Amino acid sequence: MTDEVRTMPAAAQPRLMRWSVVLPGLAALAFSLVLPQFANAYVTEVATTALLYVVLCLGLNIVVGYAGLLDLGYAAFFAVGAYTSGILTAEFGFNFWLTIPVAMAAACVAGIIIGAPTLRLRSDYLAIVTLGFGEIVRIIARNLDITGGASGLIGIERPEIFGFKLMQVQHFYYAFLVLALLTAFVCLSVERSRMGRAWFYVRYDEDAAAGIGINRVTAKLQAYMMGAVIASVAGCLYAAKMTAISPESFTFNQSLLILLGVVLGGMGRIPGVVLGAVLVALLPEVLRGAGTYRPLVTAVALLAIMLFRPNGLWPDKRV
Amino acid sequence: MTLDLVIQQLVNGLIVGSFYALIALGYSMVFGVIKLLNFAHGDIYMNGAFVGLIVFSFVGIWVGNGWLGVVCALLVSMLVVGLLGVVIERFAYRPMRNAPRLSILITALGASMVLNGTALALTGGRHYAFNTDLGFAGVDISTVHITYTQMVLVAASIALMAGMQAFVSRTMYGKAMRAVSIDMGASRLMGIDVDRVIALTFFMGSALAAGGGVMAGAYYGSVHFFMGFIMGLKAFTAAVIGGIGSVPGAMLGGLLLGLLEAFGSSLPFVGSEWRDVFVFGTLILFLVFKPTGLLGRSVVERV
Repeated sequence: MTDEVRTMPAAAQPRLMRWSVVLPGLAALAFSLVLPQFANAYVTEVATTALLYVVLCLGLNIVVGYAGLLDLGYAAFFAVGAYTSGILTAEFGFNFWLTIPVAMAAACVAGIIIGAPTLRLRSDYLAIVTLGFGEIVRIIARNLDITGGASGLIGIERPEIFGFKLMQVQHFYYAFLVLALLTAFVCLSVERSRMGRAWFYVRYDEDAAAGIGINRVTAKLQAYMMGAVIASVAGCLYAAKMTAISPESFTFNQSLLILLGVVLGGMGRIPGVVLGAVLVALLPEVLRGAGTYRPLVTAVALLAIMLFRPNGLWPDKRV
Repeated sequence: MTLDLVIQQLVNGLIVGSFYALIALGYSMVFGVIKLLNFAHGDIYMNGAFVGLIVFSFVGIWVGNGWLGVVCALLVSMLVVGLLGVVIERFAYRPMRNAPRLSILITALGASMVLNGTALALTGGRHYAFNTDLGFAGVDISTVHITYTQMVLVAASIALMAGMQAFVSRTMYGKAMRAVSIDMGASRLMGIDVDRVIALTFFMGSALAAGGGVMAGAYYGSVHFFMGFIMGLKAFTAAVIGGIGSVPGAMLGGLLLGLLEAFGSSLPFVGSEWRDVFVFGTLILFLVFKPTGLLGRSVVERV
C-alpha cells in the first residue's frame, strides 16, 4: 500500500455524469421496464433474481467498494431481514410494510454488535469475524423454534399495496426493480455526500484520512451499517416473494456470490457492480450441468479477476 | 459436574485444543511475517487430511493400518502440503504483495476457495473413512478411559510445536523470520532473502496444519472437503485468544479454546448445537476487551 502512487478517488471529484454511463444506463432501464411484457415466466424469474443480486451487490459495494472493508458474511444481514420480516408476518400477523423498519433496526443492531469491536482493528479481522458471523446466524436460524429450525419458516404473508396483492412473478419483478432503482439512487447520492467522500479517503489512506479529521472507525461503521440495512430490506422482499425461507438460503456460498458480483464488474462503481450482479445471477443458469464443479468455477473466476484484472470487467477509466 | 465428567472433558478439550493449536500456529507465523491472515489455512488443513489419507491407504498395503502407516502419512502429508503452501504463496500472495490490502484479502479468499472447490470437485462432497487400527488400549482414571492414541496425539502436537518454537528462537532462519516480521524493508537491507523467508514460513505453517489434519482425520476416522472451514475459524479464534503473531500464544490459545469448548458445551444452557456460537461469542468478547490476546503485542492497523 505504501509503494503505490496515490490518486484522488474518482468519485470524490465533483464531475458531471458521463454519457458513456448514462446512455447504457437509460437503455438498460428501458429494457428492464418492458422485459416482463414479452419474456416468459422462466426468464422473468431469472431476471428477478438478477435484480435481487443487483440490490445485494450495490449494498455490499458500499462496504467493500466504497469503504474498502472485506465483508464475508453479507448474507447474514440478508438473513436477518428475511427472518425478521418472515417471523413478524407469519407468526405475529404484522403488515409486511411495517416489518421493513423493524428489519432495518435489527440489521443495525447486528451491525453494531459485529462492527463496533472489529472495525477498530485491522481490516483482515473484519473479514474473518464476518465469516464467523455468517455461520452463526445460520446456526441460530437452524436451532431456534421461532425460525422454524432446519426445515425453515413457512407461510410468510404476501405484501399488499393499495389493495393490490403482489402474487405473480411479474409483480415481484417490478417490486425488485423499484428496490434496485431506489438502492442505486441511495448509492449515487451517498457517493457524493460528505460521508461518501470520507469513505473514499479512509479507503485510500487511513492515516491521511485521520489526519484531516475523519473519524475512521465511525466512517467504517457507517458504511458497514448502511450495507447491512440494504441487505435486510432485500431480505424482507425476498421472504415475501418466496413465502418460505430456510437457513440454507443464507450460506457462506451466498455471501461469496454477492462478493463475486461486486468484484467481477468493478468495485466501487455502480455500473460495474450492476453488470457483475447480473452476471452472477446468470451463473447458476449457465453452469446448470456443472454439479460439484460449480464452486470451483466461481473460485477460479474470483482469483483470475483479482490477479489479472483487479479493477473488474468494467473499470473506471478516470482513476 | 462430577469429577469423572471433568476429567473426560479435560481429555476431550486437550485433544481438540492441540489440533486448534497446531493450526493457530500456522496462522500466527504467516501473520507475523507478512501481516496477513492466510484465509487458505483452513483449507490447507483439509488438504493435509486428504493427502494423509491417500498416503495412508497406499502404504497401508505394506505396513498395515497401525502406527507406522499413520506416521508415514503424517510425514509425507506435511512435506507435500508444506510445498503446496509455498506454491500458493508464490502464485496467489507474492504477485499481490504491494497491492492494496483489500485486493490481497480477496485474492487470499480466492486461493482458499480454489482449494476447497478442487477438493469438492474431486471427492464429490463425500465423507471418506480414515480407518486406522490403533487399538483402544490405555489407562483408566476412575471411570474415564484414556487411550494411548489420545496421549500420543497430544504429545505429538506438543512436540511439533516445541520444535517450531526452537526453530524460531534458536536457528538462523528463525532469526531471519523474526527480523522480517519486525521490519521487512530493513531485513532486506541487512541481506536477508525476504522472499525465501516468507516461502519458508508458508512451508512450516502449512506443514503444521497438514500435521493437524492427518491427526484429526486419523483420530475422528473421517475426512471431508468442508472440514477446514469451521476449523479455520476456530484456529483463528485460538490465535486471537493467545495473541496473534506469537508462537507460544497460539499454543496457549489453542489449548484454552479446546478446554473452553469442551467445558462450555457441557454446561446445561449451552449444549453441543450451540458450541460454535459459544466459541464465536468468545472471539467477539476478546476482540472487544483484549484484542491483543493474552500474549500478543498491539495489532492496531498502521498502513
